[in-house]
Amino acid sequence: MTDTWLITSATLPGGQRADLLLRDGAIAQIGQHQTGQHQTGPKLTADGAQVLDADGLLVLPGLVDLHTHLREPGREDAETIETGTRAAALGGYTAVHAMANTDPVADTAGVVEQVWRLGREAGHCDVQPVGAVTTGLGGTRLAELGAMADSAARVRVFSDDGRCVADPLLMRRALEYVKAFDGVIAQHAEEPRLTQGAQLNEGAVSGRLGLAGWPAVAEEAIIARDCLLAAHVGSALHICHVSTAGSVEIIRWAKAKGWPVTAEVTPHHLLLTDDLAEGYDPVYKVNPPLRTAADVEGVRRGLADGTIDCVATDHAPHPAEYKDTEWADAAMGMTGLEIALRAVHLAMVDTGLLDWAGVADRMSVRPARIARLAGHGRLPEAGAPANLTLYDPGARPEPVDPATHASKSRNTAFRGVTLPGHVVATFLRGVPTVLDGKLATGTVTA
Amino acid sequence: MNRHLIAAADLSRDDALVILDTAEELARLSDRPIKKLPTLRGRTVVNLFFEDSTRTRISFEAAAKRLSADVINFSAKGSSVAKGESLKDTALTLEAMGADAVVIRHVASGAPHRLAGWIKGHVINAGDGTHEHPTQALLDAFTIRRRLRGGSGGRGGGPAGPSGGLDGLRVAIVGDVLHSRVARSNIALLNTLGAEVTVVAPPTLLPLAVDGWPCEVSYDLDAVLPKTDVIMMLRVQQERMNASYFPSVREYSRRYGLDTSRMAALPGHAIVMHPGPMNRGVEIAAEVADSPRATIVEQVANGVSVRMAVLYLLLGGTDEG
Repeated sequence: MTDTWLITSATLPGGQRADLLLRDGAIAQIGQHQTGQHQTGPKLTADGAQVLDADGLLVLPGLVDLHTHLREPGREDAETIETGTRAAALGGYTAVHAMANTDPVADTAGVVEQVWRLGREAGHCDVQPVGAVTTGLGGTRLAELGAMADSAARVRVFSDDGRCVADPLLMRRALEYVKAFDGVIAQHAEEPRLTQGAQLNEGAVSGRLGLAGWPAVAEEAIIARDCLLAAHVGSALHICHVSTAGSVEIIRWAKAKGWPVTAEVTPHHLLLTDDLAEGYDPVYKVNPPLRTAADVEGVRRGLADGTIDCVATDHAPHPAEYKDTEWADAAMGMTGLEIALRAVHLAMVDTGLLDWAGVADRMSVRPARIARLAGHGRLPEAGAPANLTLYDPGARPEPVDPATHASKSRNTAFRGVTLPGHVVATFLRGVPTVLDGKLATGTVTA
Repeated sequence: MNRHLIAAADLSRDDALVILDTAEELARLSDRPIKKLPTLRGRTVVNLFFEDSTRTRISFEAAAKRLSADVINFSAKGSSVAKGESLKDTALTLEAMGADAVVIRHVASGAPHRLAGWIKGHVINAGDGTHEHPTQALLDAFTIRRRLRGGSGGRGGGPAGPSGGLDGLRVAIVGDVLHSRVARSNIALLNTLGAEVTVVAPPTLLPLAVDGWPCEVSYDLDAVLPKTDVIMMLRVQQERMNASYFPSVREYSRRYGLDTSRMAALPGHAIVMHPGPMNRGVEIAAEVADSPRATIVEQVANGVSVRMAVLYLLLGGTDEG
């Protein structure tokens, strides 16, 4: 592939204006304009390059999602690797981590290699499989973590997401074992006995609606336990989808002690609260549940000060009939890849909690580092792989219309919600996967 | 009136009083030799019951038939639901068959809300999960008003009949408030009608956020009894008995059951209510259940009048379903 692209007058995450020359999958050159004088600053030129005028656009390192449900193999009616990675590219992602709760479960080298290979063939973004911690997500016996790590997929993140590794001894063993290949255990923190039959955050709303309560303590108790375990054995722990202010407090405490703990928060937990369940529409049913305004404030503060390392979508597509039902019968989860950056813009940037350098850090640099993912999460600089997202923060805010989404499923809780910004282009190793906000046809070589 | 009756919390005071006053008028009908009115002739009411509840279903059926409506009973057992048909498909099927109103009883909280979004007919909630059971609260209010606000069916027996709200009456609701749709509906409606509600239960059977509810909270039944005009005992469900909500059925009964000595601590005019079915000897002693203070049988009779009023008001005045 010999595509050469010249991106002119883009705004770097730090605010400087620059031209970027992309060649052979990397950023060949960056020409920074002098402050405030981008018309007269040094301009890059390149013969034969395709030019993208990025005046007014931010250039971010390609987004990295630590938590994506692509549903393939097994539930191709909800999503496929092809449709899910299209959605990812349109959302500005250049790498996603495919969760293990497929059918069959991604608990062997064979399944993770299949997912990895299908991702490469689709070509819209890199698909890095997450391996299951326990066989069949059963919570009783370790899966062959080493085999998955040694496979072509080079798995480094392991998670039983959807279920908690509740057995404390098994969790300890998993944390210890993955040290051998620099792995990390991503815990879905949910004490199962405290959430039997749980439907909605336990509080005023659940009490009024008569929906069985899902207490914050069920999440916080596991996080506290696992932080202690991670410190005890000196292993890397990552906490999935932190949803309560109390969880942020515990993680802040663990990090203050220097313990190897990282954490993520979803776009929906940064914006939505449990009172949305008032009409019993299961599009708002998700695990962990939507919490209170105080929790939203807590996770926003945590993301702003770095206690929470990153935003992860927990993109969870479901066919319509899984949500077109009574609340208690409905599946948990909502899609997120195509709205994540815009949601973070609204929740964090428009509120002044995070600048665009912070967004680049929380949505690309840190998730790539947590996942030990080489080639992603590098701030734009000469020599770095050309994984880039061009975003128009000044685009006219538009309501979310799931009918336009590339995801096979329509279960977004942001239907009709007006979000700012627009993903204009995504580049994967120098080749556009998205241009003018639409999927580009170019193919990508690794 | 709203288009549907889904929650007592949705009723304004005027709405509630119109239902109770209409029920009073309709109740007089049952004293006549011919009990039937032609009001809903040609209209179809479907009783869509996903939970066993013979008493509520029969009550709605009797109410609809006394208004000359056609009644279709649809119970989940042995139906297509048992074969895995969704609530939505069942609802659309019933609507295609011409249901003007659907009375739904469902184990899932919020099922009537979902139903109302899928069909054009009126939806009447006959109990959804642990959320609401609005016609139970209405029949309870009707019963209280007859007994304590001077009605033809109560002690007063005056020609004017009971009217107005329940202002100033002190009502204690005792038992499993956490899982009780009857308690939720009653707390909402009794407040709307001006009564003062106290819930009494072990802390394990109260919602965590009960301090935000429009009621007083007590863990001590004996302290509440002397300040009570109406005591409403809730059924202890079998599935709570072995789930550590309380140590044993006997301990629950000792601390929160209404026996004869506790009944004696109530003011002389106080009445004893129970939505049924009762666990005699657990939340209520047999002697109490059978005493003249108990309104349990009246509640059943009043249920038909109140449900007639609801069907009449929702269906009677409109041309389309």
